[in-house]
Amino acid sequence: MAEKLLEIKNLSVEYHSDEDILYAVNNVNLTLEPGETLGLVGETGAGKTTIAKSIMRILPAAQAEITSGEILYRGENLLALKEKEMQKVRGNKIAMIFQDPMTALNPVETVGYQIAEAIKRHNKISRNEAADRAGDMLEMVGIPRERLGEYPHQFSGGMKQRVVIAMALACNPELLLADEPTTALDVTIQAQVLDMMRGLKEKLGTSVILITHDFGVVADFCTAVAVTYAGEIIERGSVDRIFNNPQHPYTQGLFNSLPSLEATSRRLKPIKGLMPDPTALPPGCRFCERCEYATEECAKKAPEIYEVEPGHTVKCFRARRDD
Amino acid sequence: MLKYIGKRLLMLIPTMLGIALVVLIIIDLTPGDPARVLLGTNATEEQVEELREELGLNKPFLVRYWEFVKNVCQGNFGSSIMTQRPVFSEMLMRFRYTLVLVVFGTIFSTILGIPIGIYAANHTHTWKDSLAIFLSLICVSMPSFWFALLMIRFFGVKLQWLPISGIEDWKGWILPCVAMALGLMALIARQMRSDMLEVLRQDYITTARSKGLSERKVVYRHALKNAIIPVIMVIGGVFGSSLGGSLITEVIFSIPGLGQYIMTGLNNRDYPVIQSGILIISTLFAIIILIVDVVFALVDPRIRSQYTRRKKNKGGKSDDGTGKEAKKANATA
Ligand SMILES: Nc1ncnc2c1ncn2[C@@H]1O[C@H](COP(=O)(O)OP(=O)(O)OP(=O)(O)O)[C@@H](O)[C@H]1O
Ligand SMILES: [Mg+2]
Repeated sequence: MAEKLLEIKNLSVEYHSDEDILYAVNNVNLTLEPGETLGLVGETGAGKTTIAKSIMRILPAAQAEITSGEILYRGENLLALKEKEMQKVRGNKIAMIFQDPMTALNPVETVGYQIAEAIKRHNKISRNEAADRAGDMLEMVGIPRERLGEYPHQFSGGMKQRVVIAMALACNPELLLADEPTTALDVTIQAQVLDMMRGLKEKLGTSVILITHDFGVVADFCTAVAVTYAGEIIERGSVDRIFNNPQHPYTQGLFNSLPSLEATSRRLKPIKGLMPDPTALPPGCRFCERCEYATEECAKKAPEIYEVEPGHTVKCFRARRDD
Repeated sequence: MLKYIGKRLLMLIPTMLGIALVVLIIIDLTPGDPARVLLGTNATEEQVEELREELGLNKPFLVRYWEFVKNVCQGNFGSSIMTQRPVFSEMLMRFRYTLVLVVFGTIFSTILGIPIGIYAANHTHTWKDSLAIFLSLICVSMPSFWFALLMIRFFGVKLQWLPISGIEDWKGWILPCVAMALGLMALIARQMRSDMLEVLRQDYITTARSKGLSERKVVYRHALKNAIIPVIMVIGGVFGSSLGGSLITEVIFSIPGLGQYIMTGLNNRDYPVIQSGILIISTLFAIIILIVDVVFALVDPRIRSQYTRRKKNKGGKSDDGTGKEAKKANATA
């Protein structure tokens, strides 16, 4: 089997506030093959962004703490790297597109500077060459290069998002962490941005972890899916298997709550209840309280990860019984 | 931008007229009489009345206001009733002292306060930050004369390194400037620290880190350029207010500066000195605020583009905008 590009093992992340400890990510295991595109889905607060920031090691140092785990990138543990070495990885081999384009750009620097800076940092080239390549990147995302000298406030939200994308792709990263890159955009631009990312993926062979709420985008863009719930990955498999044979009651619930084109008459069935409070997680299965199949065992003991078919894993006791 | 500066300078005229009016009203309402002060308690009522007539104090308020404005427009700021010396040249002479004090005080406090603030912000939750906060709290809350006296005692009397009063050579400036700077430095450091902490939390700082930039670049380029903007405001305010606030330092170290001059004027009810002195200082303050605004625009592209937009559509609206701002500046002055 080919070398894995990324292998997250037992990752746990906590946020500390004055009194509480918030368990944002709990024992997450996740692997990514080279060239793979993984959709990371899950409701708000499930810990998706936290996982991505852990990979980049850009969690807010004052509050966040990675309490356990390894993040192997081509076999090398990123969490053990010195800060200096990690800087060579960030923005170069692994890049991230941020969730909120409105706040992701520095308001007092020109867009051109902000893109060129990333290029200059990781390549031995002159300032002019870097600016030139920044212009190329801007054109690639569909913004005329004349606008290099403008400031973020002169761009619309969608254009800012493109700038953020251009910035992330500036050094041809091997792995791109795209945190809801299209949520802030309208549908046509969304499609354009996805097309653009797809093109880059094909051209550069970039692997992508795409964080999104949108199953349509996942179906369209990804090869694999990982479903997060309360800081855990509760199901992972290929897009085909997850869409056609969802195993975890939560995943099934997610699909049931989607409006579908064929069955317009069927009422939507949103999943009842709320995600458990991440400062006081239940001892058993995290989904237990909202689950229609829950048993006594579920409330007491957390399920392990079971493989239901090759490459398709589920964190639910029902999957065990199916064996 | 230039046009904007021009407009703001024009706005100084009504501002100054307003200040002149306010100063004259206050003088009018304050008890005390320069003629009485000049002649002493032994003079008769008639003598006092005669002198009042001679000094023009009996003229109606509006006439006095008009004459004051007219004279100022002709560059005539009047002469002191007590010393007969012209106020303007007297102030110019003393201005040197105050300016040195204020400029060096501001420079000292800025070049120390900013790094301390940045350092503290980058070491939160450590004893270094706590120490910086503690010291700056002491500096902010202790009156500056207390520091001045402490330093005089220690460096002047005990160690005899530095002169304790008067300005003979550069050494004489050290203690007054430091005394002036300490409180201001703490003010700037605290502002810098809180702005820096605020900015370091922002998403674009995470973005900057995600590009693999060094911590130094993240802090000193991306964060500082944003965090410094409110600090510039504070420095401008510090500079402006210490023009008037240098008085205490001037008195303690016997420096013949502006503060002392106006203080003496106030004690003697020396109206020309008070009127012209306050007018000149207020105008300086308004100019400093203008400079701060310009520096603001230079640092922050969002503000800068506001001015350029104003330049493009020369509507009546833009006039309203500048008018309001100038009034605001006036109010702070
Ligand atoms: N800086 C922080 N300090 C404290 N808690 C945080 C911080 N950032 C995130 N959290 C908490 O960690 C949990 C996971 O947050 P995260 O941002 O990873 O969610 P997410 O899955 O990305 O959600 P969304 O879909 O809304 O972006 C949430 O409960 C959130 O409140
Ligand atoms: Mg998120």
